[in-house]
Amino acid sequence: MLAYILRRLLYAIPILIGVNLLTFALFFVVNTPDDMARLQLGAKHVTPDAIERWKVEHGYDKPLLLNVQASGSAQLTDTIFFQHSATMFVFEFGKGDDGRNIGNEIRTRMGPSLAIALPVFVIGLLVNITFALLMVFFRSTYLDLWGVVLCVVLMSISGLFYIIAGQFFIAKLWNLLPISGFAGGIDGLRFIVLPVLIGVVAGIGSGSRWYRTIFLEEIGKDYVRTARAKGLSEVRVLFRHVLKNGMIPILTGAVVVLPLLFMGSLITESFFGIPGLGSYTIDAIQAQDFAVVRAMVFLGSFLYIVGLILTDISYSWADPRVRLQ
Amino acid sequence: MSVMPVILWTDALIFALLASVLVLVWLIRRQEHLRAPWRAVAQRPMAMGAALVLSVFVVTGLLDSLHYREKLPDSPADRPHYSVEVLSVFDKLVGDLRTRQEKTYSAPLAMQLYAKEFVQRDGVTVREYPRLKFGGAHLQTEAERIPDIARRSLTGLVQGLAVSLLLFGLLAAWQAHRSHMSSGQWLVAWRAGRLDWPARTVVLIVSVLLMLGGMLLNLAAAYHVFGTDKVGQDVLYISLKSIRTGLVIGTLTTLVTLPLAIGFGIAAGYFRGWVDDVIQYVYTVLNSIPGVLLIAAAVLIVQVYIESNPDLFDTAAARADIRLLALCLIMGVTSWTGLARLLRGESLKLRTLDYVEAARAFGVSHARIIGRHIFPNLFHLVLIAIVLDFSGLVLAEAVLSYVGVGVDPSMHSWGNMINGSRLELAREPVVWWQLGAAFAFMFTLVLAANLFADGVRDAFDPRQGGRR
Repeated sequence: MLAYILRRLLYAIPILIGVNLLTFALFFVVNTPDDMARLQLGAKHVTPDAIERWKVEHGYDKPLLLNVQASGSAQLTDTIFFQHSATMFVFEFGKGDDGRNIGNEIRTRMGPSLAIALPVFVIGLLVNITFALLMVFFRSTYLDLWGVVLCVVLMSISGLFYIIAGQFFIAKLWNLLPISGFAGGIDGLRFIVLPVLIGVVAGIGSGSRWYRTIFLEEIGKDYVRTARAKGLSEVRVLFRHVLKNGMIPILTGAVVVLPLLFMGSLITESFFGIPGLGSYTIDAIQAQDFAVVRAMVFLGSFLYIVGLILTDISYSWADPRVRLQ
Repeated sequence: MSVMPVILWTDALIFALLASVLVLVWLIRRQEHLRAPWRAVAQRPMAMGAALVLSVFVVTGLLDSLHYREKLPDSPADRPHYSVEVLSVFDKLVGDLRTRQEKTYSAPLAMQLYAKEFVQRDGVTVREYPRLKFGGAHLQTEAERIPDIARRSLTGLVQGLAVSLLLFGLLAAWQAHRSHMSSGQWLVAWRAGRLDWPARTVVLIVSVLLMLGGMLLNLAAAYHVFGTDKVGQDVLYISLKSIRTGLVIGTLTTLVTLPLAIGFGIAAGYFRGWVDDVIQYVYTVLNSIPGVLLIAAAVLIVQVYIESNPDLFDTAAARADIRLLALCLIMGVTSWTGLARLLRGESLKLRTLDYVEAARAFGVSHARIIGRHIFPNLFHLVLIAIVLDFSGLVLAEAVLSYVGVGVDPSMHSWGNMINGSRLELAREPVVWWQLGAAFAFMFTLVLAANLFADGVRDAFDPRQGGRR
């Protein structure tokens, strides 16, 4: 087991290097620092001096990969690649355009992101499984048919609509909850309820339909027939046997997104003014702050790979037939 | 009036796509085993209804893809100058819907602006709701408005009903003739739902669409059916123009995805070994980067390119079009991994089957084995992926435009409509119609696409046989 995890971790390194090279290529080779400077300073009437100054300020004035003017190891280290891309492996992200340390920002913003994303994830999972089980229990009746149709309808509504409609009706018209904002501690609870509620509702359509197919696949298997033949009631079959076995694909599918919860949700956070990583990313994209976008790309891929490893581990834990070697 | 046709990149690709779909349909019609699942799709009322609604969207989008530039009236005939404004056949068809511009917001079907203004009347300044220039301009007083709207709606309904009755009569006569029944017998069979296609649903949906269309035509001639936006443009027009953008993103992105997913997926599964390792590595790397961020990064880069090469594009429409195409390319490059993984797994299974082994033992070339034995057996997966992805892509456009990395701000799209109007709900009085129209149009398209996709998946996926 330990050897397996170690090997997977080693296997993750080339992938992270790939991500790093790709972002480096996107941000520095295809799109040169001169272009970035021009974009930041305004495309027209920009002097070469201003561009040069901007590049020096941001440390982008060095050669990309090889500094022929330097000597010794500085030939490799005194370059954009080494100072801006390679350092991400030790989670050193440098500074954003606003001058703040990106690493610090990430650490302080993870909390608010998790405060929204984790409840949405857990409550959403429970709600979706409940609905899916209900539909499976009433399968091939009109209740099930209309349940599926309702799911498709809910799926077809844009996520933005849930947020905008929720904010407008619940917060603005009926004044039940604050429209947006965030605070720590118990006091902050009232800010969290609305985004969590909307997040859960927005996910019901696709979630319950997906879980329903999983349970239906499970229900066609031999052990279910055996359980029924033993004379077990339908409720018992469903909750004792089908639920337990159906949970394996559901849980392992959920594990992969677990680390990504740290990243928060771009849209929700920006609409509700939550100072999390999602709104940080969206602000960076809108302000074209390439350093922050680069850092978030790296962080996201790192968390995704952690999720993949966790998935493998949870497979073997949930289903003893799966052996890790 | 002479015009200069303009073929934007996405226009060319859309019509190329249309041509290939038509060729595919022609090929499928000749092969019974390929026709069978499509016949199953055609027998599902839900799928057929959805397909009809989709076809309305598609026709609108196609009409909106035939672009041209009008000749300026005072330019010499031998060396004509053309307007920089790129119009489409659709613009021509909707007539003055495009040009009937008000001053600012007005509510749906209103005859006055949404807020009071100071107006000069008989030398005195009064504060009142100013009349609209075009919306309800034929009315004298506010009291006439509701009866007029009711009359116009009713006229439209009756006209739509008349057309659909006429069509239904023709259909009944034709079908009865084809199946050697009397028209009466056919009608009885139709009512009882005993035909081999969901004729009741089709007739119902077509007449509802025709009646809605009739109402819309009658009302839009004199009112702004969905109101006007901040600069006074008709929201109905903007929403209809956005259809093309949604369709382009939903289809062209898949066009980019397919070659990548099919090529890499099958190669990885069929050849295994180092090919498999390399391809798996590439798609794990791509997959591990959060999609929105990769798209954002690439779009920012395209933006820089467009801004630093302004000479390449002669019109604003061409510039917006390149950005749309780039968005499709980028979304395609980031989203092929899921399908590739599925195809890889499936080809891994297929390559061990007896007939593939036999083909290999006979010395059949790899290309031929893949073409004859592997790909045809994966085709249903590809098709299901195309129809399932479509709705997701349409929804993604709205989110990306909100983030600011979507289509060009000058291009009509539902995402831009939502993005531009999200602060309008905070106004007093509330301006809800632009948001409402964008969401309603998007919802209709996505719901129709989802229902159709369900029908296709049920008919093509052998695993789902019999289950909904």
